[in-house]
Amino acid sequence: MPERPPETALVGDFETPDEQIVEESIEGGLLGQSAEIRVGAVAAGGEGRRRGPGLGLGAWLAIGWMVFIVLIAVLAKTGILTWGDAEESFGRCARKGPLADEGSASGFLLGCDSNGRDMIPRLALGAWTSMLVATGAIVVGFVIGGFLGLLAGYFGGKETRFGAVIVGALVGAVFGLIIGGVFFAVLIGLGDNLAGVLGVLFGALAGGFAGYRRGDLDVYLTGVFNVMLSVPAIVLALSLTAFLLGSADEAASGGGLPPELVLIIAIGVVSIPLVGRISRASALSWAQRDFVLAARAQGAKNGRIMVKELLPNVLPAMFSISLLGIAIAIVAEGTLAILGVGVRPPTPSWGNIIALDRGNLFKSPHIVFEASLLIFLTVLALNFLGDVVRSRFDVREGGI
Amino acid sequence: MSDTDAPGITNTSTAAGGGGPATDGRLLTVTDVKTHFQTDRGLVRAVDGVSFTLDRGDTLGIVGESGCGKTVLSRSIMGLLPKRGLVREGSIVLEGTELIDLSPKEMREYWGAQMSMIFQDPMTSLNPVMKIGNQINESIRQHLDVSKDFATELATNLLGSVRIPEPEARLKEYPHQLSGGMRQRVCIAVALACGPKLLFADEPTTALDVTVQAQVLDLMATQQRERFMAMVLITHDLGVVAGRADEIAVMYAGRVVEKSPAEELFSNMKMPYTEALLSSIPKLGDATHTRLATIPGRPPDLVNPPKGCKFAPRCAYAQERCLEEEPPLVEVTPGHEYRCWFPVGTPEGVEALERNKREGTVAAASLTRGA
Repeated sequence: MPERPPETALVGDFETPDEQIVEESIEGGLLGQSAEIRVGAVAAGGEGRRRGPGLGLGAWLAIGWMVFIVLIAVLAKTGILTWGDAEESFGRCARKGPLADEGSASGFLLGCDSNGRDMIPRLALGAWTSMLVATGAIVVGFVIGGFLGLLAGYFGGKETRFGAVIVGALVGAVFGLIIGGVFFAVLIGLGDNLAGVLGVLFGALAGGFAGYRRGDLDVYLTGVFNVMLSVPAIVLALSLTAFLLGSADEAASGGGLPPELVLIIAIGVVSIPLVGRISRASALSWAQRDFVLAARAQGAKNGRIMVKELLPNVLPAMFSISLLGIAIAIVAEGTLAILGVGVRPPTPSWGNIIALDRGNLFKSPHIVFEASLLIFLTVLALNFLGDVVRSRFDVREGGI
Repeated sequence: MSDTDAPGITNTSTAAGGGGPATDGRLLTVTDVKTHFQTDRGLVRAVDGVSFTLDRGDTLGIVGESGCGKTVLSRSIMGLLPKRGLVREGSIVLEGTELIDLSPKEMREYWGAQMSMIFQDPMTSLNPVMKIGNQINESIRQHLDVSKDFATELATNLLGSVRIPEPEARLKEYPHQLSGGMRQRVCIAVALACGPKLLFADEPTTALDVTVQAQVLDLMATQQRERFMAMVLITHDLGVVAGRADEIAVMYAGRVVEKSPAEELFSNMKMPYTEALLSSIPKLGDATHTRLATIPGRPPDLVNPPKGCKFAPRCAYAQERCLEEEPPLVEVTPGHEYRCWFPVGTPEGVEALERNKREGTVAAASLTRGA
């Protein structure tokens, strides 16, 4: 807004001593003007309060890029504008890039992949897959992680026997399945299924009892987050994907879940503790504020306090980490594709475009390069937007 | 909006009984309330046996330094303290209903509707991302079965009654757009929204500019009169309660050390602690650069309180006896009680003070030297 220029002008002009006298005579006028503008800004503050300084070029570029990518993805998926067939093979341009000096890639602006398929429709369709998987995964993480984090943060340090028993039992069941299952199966020699059931049973009982004794939901939820974070994310996502996808035979016969959904679940589960920790930390600090106690002193229920009082304060942090999370998820999808799980060809995704042609990196680098560039720019834009969201969507005093 | 006692509020246990046998017509009877916290360091006796009664329309001022248990006492009566490690004993009777055994779920009927609270810092006691109108409506719609439009109208009237200019416009604003004094008025409006019978004001003006302190206190007094509401005014400043409270309880180390009708306390104080608190207020008539009177030392550790009188280590009157035996609460005139072996203004007290001055020592000195 216009409040800034007068001050900067003053500071800047004083550096040249020759003009100082002139400047002094102007100074009064400038200060007066700036004061006037300030008054104007305050008076106008009632209505368009949020119109602070502009977003800046970087933010607009990032927004523009994201709109562009989403638009292309939607157009390609709906078939309104596909820029050609993603499946059609053109033998003459296989592995030919746009800058190939021999042979002909004319008519294909970005060249073709190793099967001679036009890169443009493949990248456009791949944008859809990549964005769908990444966004879906983060929505899963956002909703579940955010909810658990809010619970942990709000009830942190309070006595929450019921919740602690349930979470404790769940955690105990998982550990019981692993540890108890092995114990019963290997040492005692029971059947696998029976050992598993016994393990879950004992684990749940032990966990529930611990929850009853300790009675703090936060301790258990944080514990779950920590355990999930301590398993390398890619290993967790890889095993979840492999487990959920089932065998290739199953997929060929049309059984099992669609690979996109599997990826959403797998990457979503991995992102739960990330969002959860952020929302817990944020909720924990907000829950200490007097307004939460004040709401309680007015008779508000816990659920109401969490949703109406805490959530709006926690959301900006969650949004910001989620935008970063989408960026991470796009990369994760690519990594999983390179490792051989994930979206199955011929459906393109940015990740599996890279995966498919990573062997041709030296012969025809444009294939990997183009997909990587798209991922790079999108991740960059999302990272940037994450920061912008955090600083903009702050209606609190710090935002002024 | 003088009478917002709404039909939705459950008054059953009291109103139906027509003021049962236990009420004595009193609004609030607090008997020997103890509030202790179990911590890693040991049992913290934050409130250790406090009793008082309060009638509708009256104001009780609770005065004491930081860490004397004033805030814990008020939150303990409200039932707002976290359950973990909490030991709460005694009896809190509001209009014939014993509150100390009620679960938070049952207390919710009372919070906001029967008793309410104003907090110290209006900067943190309003939700920064919620419009002011919504914050007031929240509590109205929590307790009263009214439509949204009616709640908004009620909120507008409330804001007007706490003298906020242009209440309709303010309803749509966020807390950070208001000044501290205005925010505290909003807090008052929120607390009064459902017409409570009992209002706890926990240092309501401490965080405010001196120039608006009197305004806010006057506003609270007006509201109290109009609503015929009882008020517990908690402060560290005797000047705040002077002229506003009907009765004053001075707290030290979790106990009431002197309790008296307000005029009596200022004219005939018995407890050296009260005297020390009063003389620590700078006076306008003093010459410039007059050294401020302070109370030496700090309030005692509530995990291991001293054996005798809790104030003895810091007291100008203290004798050997004070360090050994704890004085009981004695009544001089009806309603005026104090805990002291050598009360201010009595021959024993004067003699004790003289002796300490003559010897240039206090009991505290021997205590610290011994330790």
